[in-house]
Amino acid sequence: MSSHESSSDHASGRSVGDFISTYVFSRDHKIIGVQFLFSTLLWFLVGGLLALGIRWQLAWPWSNMPVIGRMLFSGEGGQISPEFYTMLFTMHATVMIFFVIIPILAGAFGNFLIPLMIGADDMAFPTLNMLSYWFMWPAFICIGASFFSAGNGAAAGWTSYPPLSAVPEAAPSSGTAQTLWLMGVTFVGVSSMMGSVNYLTTIIQMRAPGMTMFRLPLTIWAMFITAVLQAFALPVLTAAGFMQILDRVVGTGFFLPEGLVVNNSAPASGGGQPLLWQHLFWFYSHPAVYIMILPAMGMVSDILSCFSRKPIFGYKPMVYSISGIAGLGFIVWGHHMFVSGMNPVLGMTFMVATMMIALPSAVKVFNWLGTLWGGKIQFTTPMLFALSFVSMFVIGGLSGIFMAATPVDIFIHDTYFIVAHFHYVLFAGTAMAVFGAIYFWFPKMFGRMMNETWGKVHFFFTFVFLNGTFYTMHILGAVGFPRRLADPYHYETFRHLMPMNRFMTLCAIGMVSVQIIFAINFIMSIFSGKKVGRNPWGANSLEWTAPSPPGHGNFDFQPIVYRGPYEYGSPEVETDFYMQIEPPPKSDDEESLADDT
Amino acid sequence: MGRFWSLLFLLVPVLGVGIFVWAAADIWPLRNHWLPEDISEHGIAIDSLFDFIMYLTGVIFIITGLAMFIFLWKYDAASNAKPVQFVHGNHVLEIVWSILPAAILLFIALYQLEPWSANKLARPSLPGPDGVLHTDDDLPMLPIAEVTGRQFEWRIRYAGKDGVIGTPDDLHTVNDLRLPIDQEIVLAIKSQDVLHSFFLPNFRVKQDVVPGMKQHVWFTATKTGAYDIVCAELCGWGHYKMKGRITIEHRDDYDQWIKDLESSQNLTELASR
Repeated sequence: MSSHESSSDHASGRSVGDFISTYVFSRDHKIIGVQFLFSTLLWFLVGGLLALGIRWQLAWPWSNMPVIGRMLFSGEGGQISPEFYTMLFTMHATVMIFFVIIPILAGAFGNFLIPLMIGADDMAFPTLNMLSYWFMWPAFICIGASFFSAGNGAAAGWTSYPPLSAVPEAAPSSGTAQTLWLMGVTFVGVSSMMGSVNYLTTIIQMRAPGMTMFRLPLTIWAMFITAVLQAFALPVLTAAGFMQILDRVVGTGFFLPEGLVVNNSAPASGGGQPLLWQHLFWFYSHPAVYIMILPAMGMVSDILSCFSRKPIFGYKPMVYSISGIAGLGFIVWGHHMFVSGMNPVLGMTFMVATMMIALPSAVKVFNWLGTLWGGKIQFTTPMLFALSFVSMFVIGGLSGIFMAATPVDIFIHDTYFIVAHFHYVLFAGTAMAVFGAIYFWFPKMFGRMMNETWGKVHFFFTFVFLNGTFYTMHILGAVGFPRRLADPYHYETFRHLMPMNRFMTLCAIGMVSVQIIFAINFIMSIFSGKKVGRNPWGANSLEWTAPSPPGHGNFDFQPIVYRGPYEYGSPEVETDFYMQIEPPPKSDDEESLADDT
Repeated sequence: MGRFWSLLFLLVPVLGVGIFVWAAADIWPLRNHWLPEDISEHGIAIDSLFDFIMYLTGVIFIITGLAMFIFLWKYDAASNAKPVQFVHGNHVLEIVWSILPAAILLFIALYQLEPWSANKLARPSLPGPDGVLHTDDDLPMLPIAEVTGRQFEWRIRYAGKDGVIGTPDDLHTVNDLRLPIDQEIVLAIKSQDVLHSFFLPNFRVKQDVVPGMKQHVWFTATKTGAYDIVCAELCGWGHYKMKGRITIEHRDDYDQWIKDLESSQNLTELASR
């Protein structure tokens, strides 16, 4: 059955099909992608508000939060208690990582873009794809319930280090919340696993005729490598999660040593090792760091090339560096554990591997700059976000070298220097790239443009406020200001840092507030944005040949691919873009090639 | 608008470097917004490595930031009339910008091995039976005190007269660690319940304490005074309160303090008989 026939089959099914099978339990990759997008954007809001709670306590410790304090913690008189503060940063990280960054990249954009960009009518396993979204819901419910369960929610940090996480007596207020947290994270793992198996199969098996691996857009390469990372790293986290649940609920001792005296009550068993959890956790969670940035790098490459109106610089080195990052990503997890009590000799080997992983990242930055060189740069909203990704990723990458240096890490480990680093990579990097991707692919998702002027206003204020919030964290880190303290001013060394923290909090409030502009623009544009045709940006890749929005089955013709996706400004054609499906102008020696296809 | 956005991106390296210079130069309002005073011998190597990486990354930060600004300014579609450079890459450039960073990174990697092993591997030792230091017969220096983390305090136990921890003449304090100046100090650190991290910002010392493991830290203090002991690993609701003080004293003051501690503990012991 050709894709053309299948698309008309589905289309007729859609017209009579009821609302639920079309929009709720849909097996269409585009609907699933949009479901992921809406869910993750809502959680983005939750995560952002949790962050404001943290910032409030660091700027005006122990003082009543205006307005929302009474609503949220009326039992505590509007004040953030230490238990509540611990819950805030635990859940901020959990929500942002497991419910926003990972699912918005792989779930929303992976789902939406992979079949469209490779010229397939859907994913290889549509039902599995549907399940991968619906397995997020038990996770949403578990984590949501942990907010409201007895006590004050999960309180062991997003890293959930035992014994604090594994011995209920160690954090009495966490109660069932910690167990729910572990189950929630496990469900996210199941969802991601289903997704990654599907992405791998789809990219390997379902590419359109002529779409060789080296004609894939870098977005797809990044999604492909990300799926490999997930498929190989996730089982370890899932196993570790089950071991911790057993430690917590059944009384095993995988992560609990002998002779532990917690809160005057000794746990029943022992003989385990707390460091074992850290190894297992980071064996997943360090590759996960790349799961959280590689797709963003891919999407940024596509946006940069499109709005420079110029081929991406060094396509193959880009592919190799994505692969290099992924490969090395499996042997650098120990750099989270330099001062954990792990053998210091092991620290040296992890340090060398970590230094080397900076290399492919540097190569990518140079190639992005090379892409800008000699182009005709259009400062559209998606382009601004993509440019800011490059600019901010440089900061996040360079600050990584400080902490990769083991002796320096002794001092800055667990300080705000680390917090600055990963916010530069994850917020200033990935989240900004995601904003860019939303502005870029919105016309394909909904058939309408987002407002460009308001998009630029949104970009400007987000960019300014994010630097005000996060750049200053480097300075705090240089003083040794530790993470996760409900009241750092308790220490003489850090008492004088409160004014700077207040400045950061004001910037953070500004940063969250300007997202209202984005939210309004996003919602309004779905209903009343300017309608667009198939290719509003003049881009090359296959998704821009499908209708906007594409119907069920995606393409109303069989796409055949003749070239890579970055042939902007080619002298062969009059337009400044040269779509992948456009047959080459027939000259004598090319005629035979065209006949073959 | 291209000009405006180019300048916005130019602000990144300008302000980024500016703020670091401002804080490092200790100018109001960023007084004391930099590495806290180092009063340990080994901290010098750590701080100079920090500075070295900062200068190096600073140069790369400025170069990439400027390149980006220049490209955005020069190749703005609104003002750039030239046709685009239809190139797909450059083999020589790729090799240059792969090998150059690789060499720099490898250099940093090797450069830091020495301070790392001094801090975490080479525990101070005493001459062994042969009476000569730095031979295979060296004995590891015994800890002067043992610090035990528990929710949410640091319990400190001095060896007492016999120099061995775990005997009846041990002396106990809570959150109050006093040590002599200008002397190699070895501390045993451990945890009774959950993870903690023994962080001395002014000594550039940080070591997680893991229940079930016995670890050691070592340093030599070069200045007297009282400094913070910070817990740097989340250990529960009262994590922020797990604060101790480390006081560096001259040898005489330290000996006197130990003597006082001993006599007060002996008084209690006598009274209990």
